[in-house]
Amino acid sequence: MAAHGAAERQGMTNSMLGFILFLASEVMFFGGLFAAYFIARADAPAWPPPLTPEQIAEGVHLELEVLLPAISTGILVLSSVTMQYAVWQIQKGNQGGMLWGLFISLALGIVFLAAQLYDYTQLHFRADDTIYGTTFYTLTGFHGAHVAGGALFIAVVTVRALGGQFTAENHEAVEASSMYWHFVDVVWIALFTVLYIIK
Amino acid sequence: MATVAVPQLSGYHRPAVLDWIMTVDHKKLGILYLYFTLFFFAVGGILALLVRTQLAVADNSFVGNDAYNQIFTMHASAMLFLFIIPVWAGFGNYLVPLQIGAADMAFPRINALSFWMLPPAGILMFAGFIVDGGAADGGWTAYSPLAQQTGVGMDMWIIAVIVLGMSSTIGAANFLVTMFRMRAPGMTMFRMPIFCWTMLVTALLQLLATPVLAAALVMLFIDRNYGGQFFDPNGGGNVVLWQNVFWFYSHPAVYIMILPGMGIVSEILPVFSRKPLFGYKAFVFATIGIGGLGFSVWAHHMFTTGSVLLPFFGFMTFMIGVPTGVKIFNWLGTLWGGSISFPTPMLFAIGFVSMFLIGGINGTYSAAVPVDFALHDTYFVVAHIHYVLFGGSVFAVFGGLYYWFPKIWGRQLNERLGKLHFVLMFVGFNVAFFPMHMLGLDGMPRRIAVYADSAGWEALNMLSTGGAFLIAVSMIPFLIAVVMAFMRPKDQPDDPWEGNTLEWATTSPPPDYNFDSLPPVRSERPLFDARHGDEAH
Repeated sequence: MAAHGAAERQGMTNSMLGFILFLASEVMFFGGLFAAYFIARADAPAWPPPLTPEQIAEGVHLELEVLLPAISTGILVLSSVTMQYAVWQIQKGNQGGMLWGLFISLALGIVFLAAQLYDYTQLHFRADDTIYGTTFYTLTGFHGAHVAGGALFIAVVTVRALGGQFTAENHEAVEASSMYWHFVDVVWIALFTVLYIIK
Repeated sequence: MATVAVPQLSGYHRPAVLDWIMTVDHKKLGILYLYFTLFFFAVGGILALLVRTQLAVADNSFVGNDAYNQIFTMHASAMLFLFIIPVWAGFGNYLVPLQIGAADMAFPRINALSFWMLPPAGILMFAGFIVDGGAADGGWTAYSPLAQQTGVGMDMWIIAVIVLGMSSTIGAANFLVTMFRMRAPGMTMFRMPIFCWTMLVTALLQLLATPVLAAALVMLFIDRNYGGQFFDPNGGGNVVLWQNVFWFYSHPAVYIMILPGMGIVSEILPVFSRKPLFGYKAFVFATIGIGGLGFSVWAHHMFTTGSVLLPFFGFMTFMIGVPTGVKIFNWLGTLWGGSISFPTPMLFAIGFVSMFLIGGINGTYSAAVPVDFALHDTYFVVAHIHYVLFGGSVFAVFGGLYYWFPKIWGRQLNERLGKLHFVLMFVGFNVAFFPMHMLGLDGMPRRIAVYADSAGWEALNMLSTGGAFLIAVSMIPFLIAVVMAFMRPKDQPDDPWEGNTLEWATTSPPPDYNFDSLPPVRSERPLFDARHGDEAH
């Protein structure tokens, strides 16, 4: 099938280019959600928006604790570092170092997801409590789903790594999962900033 | 560059049906795309005939109001999401690897996935007709709050469109990698066939715009099912937000629906004018320009909302007429002084240029903000979109089918029936859609099921309905030509038209591996060079 010169081209492989294009489409998906959030927030008379008396009577209040998510942010950033460590190790041909990097990244990712689920249980508003609740759960929910997808990706790569499938020359899946992991990390930093920090 | 010898395996062969279901061959998938999309073209066409029958006379009660809403919504949804957008993926699948001299797409299995997401989505969307509350009936634009008020058919529609969007997003990535990295030796980007260029820009638009539609649909789904407040002003949401995110996709989507058609026309005109495409690079840059500007004009669908910056979006909409005008001159310049013949593909290509020109002019006309305020949501807009999408895209689809039929199926469609098809369709199209300009200027709103006798719209509506049925009749000679072609043996030579591009350098139809050998590529017309290579340039 390599008859017509495709395989001889320089630079990144077809799979890597395809993966980067896929990531570009993911960026646009989150771009759409973020745009909705910014428009809603710019239009609101106050942020968080005012509640109805019924909502207040039900005990709804639109407030976010910063401490736990801040720790989660640190965990996710750290996992990005360990993921990159895994890539650097396999680039040097060190399978053991790569495995440690993958294990730790996967564990940190799962801790992040658990912390986010726990955080959800501590909130006093739901998705139907004003545009604030809707945007909060939509943005963090879709991000969480992507973290879960990324963790699954790393898990598959880890299983393959345990099977000794990666070498210094051939470790594309490790690089791809690392890029995906950095992507969800960057999205989270943006989310944390706009949802929790900017008042 | 010799092809790797393919060993002839003896023994087990998959049954033909399984072979079609399990194939990852770009040519077979391309044919599946074409069958699938033409089926939904027929379905959407039948729905259009129901719409036109209802509107033929004043105070009509042929279908009820609720049924009418479902019918026009599903007509547009079928035509846009299940016909026009994937039909280009069909042509692209079949032609892009052949035109760039590759053996297949970059990711054949992802290619199969892209196709096989379509049938479930189509079934899901149309299954709305059998559920409580009927199919989606909020218009293909699904504006809130209208889209919040309808039955479960709307949710099925949302999921179907998300799945179709995923199909076209991963398909787009596949096309891009294929064209960036699998071109034959010697084929630089600026020697790539013009159809490939239009597919490349289309794929970029799909890759970057479709996910935004997915985000919008997800928000709509959350609003409908989980108490979300995105589009509900009571909870701080904003109905215009939907229009912004929806049109941010759907305006680029308009170019997704037309650019490959322009590419097909730009393949046909040079071949039957016996000249190279006039201004190849200008055409490429105009295509890129349309793609880029396409992202900055979405709010011209929203002038009357009062919440968009009118001068900016009006100006940008005029601007997008410039690269479009460049293309009209590309086509006219190609014809100018050419040695022109008029086989059926050429007739459809010229039909495209003339009808698309009208669609471009009446579109630019509505770009003027004060004019748009008068014409918004009238039949003038319906006339415009049909001049670009039917007069444009559908004419290009049939032009492409007649042009590549010998390559894809190894047989020629009957010329006389083809010409009859073209004449009936061209006349029927204009009779159906030209009166809509007058109806719109007369104030007839779109998407109404019933109008009063006293409105004075009946004569033009009756005329339009007659045109619609004439379009339907025009499909009869086409179908007869197809049946006649399939009753004949495969007798077509490699290059029946004296084409320019690499797909004509292999047999008709091509073998599984596409090429035994490739001619050298030293221009954008390698086959012309191969025929006339020893003559002085």
